[in-house]
Amino acid sequence: MYKMKQSISFKLNGQLVSLSVNGDESLLTVIRTYLDQTGTKYGCGIGECGACTVLFDNKPERACMISIEDVEGSEIVTIEGLSSNEVLHPIQKAFVELDALQCGFCTPGMIMNAYGLINRNANLTREDIIDGMEENLCRCGSYNRIIDAIQLAAKEMNEKI
Amino acid sequence: MKPDKINELYFSDVNEPIVYDRRKFIKKLGKGIIVIFSLSELSLLQSYAQNSTATDELDFNAYLRVKEDGRVNCYTGKIEMGQGIITSLAQAIAEELEIPLNSVDMIMGDTDLCPYDAGTWGSLTTRFADPIIRAAAAEAREVLIELTAEKLNVSKEDLIAEEGKVFVKNDKSKSVSYAELTKGQKIVRGLTKKPETKKSKDFKIIGKPVKSSDAIAKVTGKAKYSGDVKLTGMVYATVVRPTVFGSKKLNIDASGLEAFKDVELIEDGDLVAVVHPDPEITNKATRKVKVSWEAPQAKANNETIFQYLEDTVKENKVFIEEGNLEVGRQNSSKILKANYHDGYVAHAPIETHTATCYFENDKLTMWASTQTPFGTREQLSKEFDMPLENVHIKQIFLGGGFGGKIYNEQAIEAAKIAKSCGKPVQLVWSRREEFMFDRYRPAALMKAASGVDSNGKLNLWEFDIYCAGTRGTKLFYDVPNNRTRIFNQDDIHQFSTGAWRAPGNNSTTFARESHIDVTAHAVGIDPLEFRLNNMKNENMFATLKLAADTFDWNREKKDGHGYGIALGEDAGTLVAIIAEVYVDKTTGIVETKKVVCAQDMGQVVNPHGATVQTEGGITMGLGYALYENMEFDGGKIKNRNFNRYEITKFSTSSKIECVFIDKMDSKPQGGGEPAIICVGGAIANAVFDACGARVHQMPITPERILKAIQEG
Repeated sequence: MYKMKQSISFKLNGQLVSLSVNGDESLLTVIRTYLDQTGTKYGCGIGECGACTVLFDNKPERACMISIEDVEGSEIVTIEGLSSNEVLHPIQKAFVELDALQCGFCTPGMIMNAYGLINRNANLTREDIIDGMEENLCRCGSYNRIIDAIQLAAKEMNEKI
Repeated sequence: MKPDKINELYFSDVNEPIVYDRRKFIKKLGKGIIVIFSLSELSLLQSYAQNSTATDELDFNAYLRVKEDGRVNCYTGKIEMGQGIITSLAQAIAEELEIPLNSVDMIMGDTDLCPYDAGTWGSLTTRFADPIIRAAAAEAREVLIELTAEKLNVSKEDLIAEEGKVFVKNDKSKSVSYAELTKGQKIVRGLTKKPETKKSKDFKIIGKPVKSSDAIAKVTGKAKYSGDVKLTGMVYATVVRPTVFGSKKLNIDASGLEAFKDVELIEDGDLVAVVHPDPEITNKATRKVKVSWEAPQAKANNETIFQYLEDTVKENKVFIEEGNLEVGRQNSSKILKANYHDGYVAHAPIETHTATCYFENDKLTMWASTQTPFGTREQLSKEFDMPLENVHIKQIFLGGGFGGKIYNEQAIEAAKIAKSCGKPVQLVWSRREEFMFDRYRPAALMKAASGVDSNGKLNLWEFDIYCAGTRGTKLFYDVPNNRTRIFNQDDIHQFSTGAWRAPGNNSTTFARESHIDVTAHAVGIDPLEFRLNNMKNENMFATLKLAADTFDWNREKKDGHGYGIALGEDAGTLVAIIAEVYVDKTTGIVETKKVVCAQDMGQVVNPHGATVQTEGGITMGLGYALYENMEFDGGKIKNRNFNRYEITKFSTSSKIECVFIDKMDSKPQGGGEPAIICVGGAIANAVFDACGARVHQMPITPERILKAIQEG
């Protein structure tokens, strides 16, 4: 039943972490339970809701669908790694400014997915945002505000570049 | 309060605050100025009659404390689940105490610190907690002014509170800060008279748009939910579940667990669970536990349920009857009858039911995703035969509730498991469990009959409601002869049902507003004009006018587009929604283009927060109106995750515009639920307007639209 333990190393929010694992644990469990970064949320366990979205080598991925052995040598960024020195990232700032959240449970996943989206395409249209965000669910119904926040953040990030 | 009792109240109109007694706990609160009310004093605060007969002077609640550093703690048994009261209640305090909004700390839902509260449901907070908290803040302001008067030896009338200080009115160089006044003090203040609260013309914070004060915690991942609490030595629990709701355990084969080290099996009646310090191992091990279950016989599925309800539920009572139905029939030139169906829908909050807890000696401490912390405490105290004060439910954020988190089964399960294994436990329901053990909005059947004369005057309204309750069904239309009956039967549903955002009111409003449209079309009168002509309630008249003006009802329609109106009343708030849809007649697919929502909610404490709530309610409402289609056979629920249960998504949300009737001097009314009730009716009527399909069943799916077009 038990596989041999293996050692896995990867970067989490800029810090190198090493841990001993079976290998088939989900990245979500590793981040939340083993490494105590609880900003990333469990919502469905099958990659359908997006609450656990993190950046995996700069691409947004569902942490619940990734086995930890596939993370070896990679770079993972979670919501906790987005702001530096208490300064909010432009996407976080835009979410606050437009109040693009209610219960906040889907928010970390929304922000991480938006980050990946803006990374891929700095000139997002409203349709691009809807397409790119479509698989992230918000039961409180803040979609319109989230779209506006992403547009606002993309604009600010573009101006910086 | 028991969940059953809440259910009963939740499905009807609650027009009074719900107040219970409370023990003393002032010692725990520390120094400063503490404002308390006893139950008998509470009746001073408002025109609401209190039914309590409690006279015990010690039987009080603390509502706020001005601390020694001048900051203010607000204590409320309410919880924050995204509805924004963490911000709006702080506005009420800041307004009356003349302090900046960010000087208020909200202590919410902690059963050891906060006044008893029956739970955060029914859009009760702003209606009934806000006035009490405002009065407490006004009282505290009076105390601070009195203290200053003594200190500076001036008369109270010559003092004024501003910006966290008390100033001498005609010499602003003389002032004392709240921090100086409270330093080293412990003043506990009750009420002897109703405190003077501010008039709306003097408001600086109430009525102003304020953004969520918890947003930064939520965008940085720092906001804690009950699954984010990690305790030393904690184990993760998974419960072994049957595939059919209501199954009884026959036998269990746990031999598969031998392969796992340190795994523990918990058996407590029908509850079978596995615990381990690593949730991955818990999950793997749980799959190796084989339980055979005896499933109850299926009585209906999602196709047959409405016929089943109609055939089975016979017990009924008259809710309202006025005039004479026979006279109504005689005075009508047209009588229209139709049945309306509304399916089960899930709450589907993104956070599943979760509880983290531990026993220490004879005390139980818990963080739970619950809308009813005091109710949870009561349930646990009963379950384990413990005194109430030995159970402590702690403050925590909720990842959505919508009425689904008032039953607390996960809290009882987690505590049973913790007690059994003697370790701190975390139980997070999987999405599959969430779909299986949700308290679904009950499927409902409404039989409507209307009678109208040749001038378009409504003379008859007959409404038989099956399983949706009476909340919001008092007529605001002027119909001299009318009767509303409620048909219900306990345990008629094959899985749990319960309160879903504005319980029952979504179903009945859909039926009534669809049928009003049917009636208007039958006599060839514009649905807006028909409603205005038959309106009894002048506030509803004004609300509908505001919606129609904002929407621009008479503007030209694009090809394939339709406009639809629905009106409703919920939690003291009047709602008028007008929707614009586009229907593709070949596919039956609906695109919601625009939704305008006008509301009369009395005083709007936070117009921004109210707007966000309204937008959210409408967006969620599009789900039940168009997409949320639950499939089941008996207690076997087929939608077990979001891949088979479609809620509103980015692509299916709509442009939304919210407007409010300006009534700053009125009492505030409900905001969390009302707007959602009109979405189904407005969409149904807009679909009819767009393509001529009258769909009598929600969700209004493409198949149902195509069928209705065919049947023309």
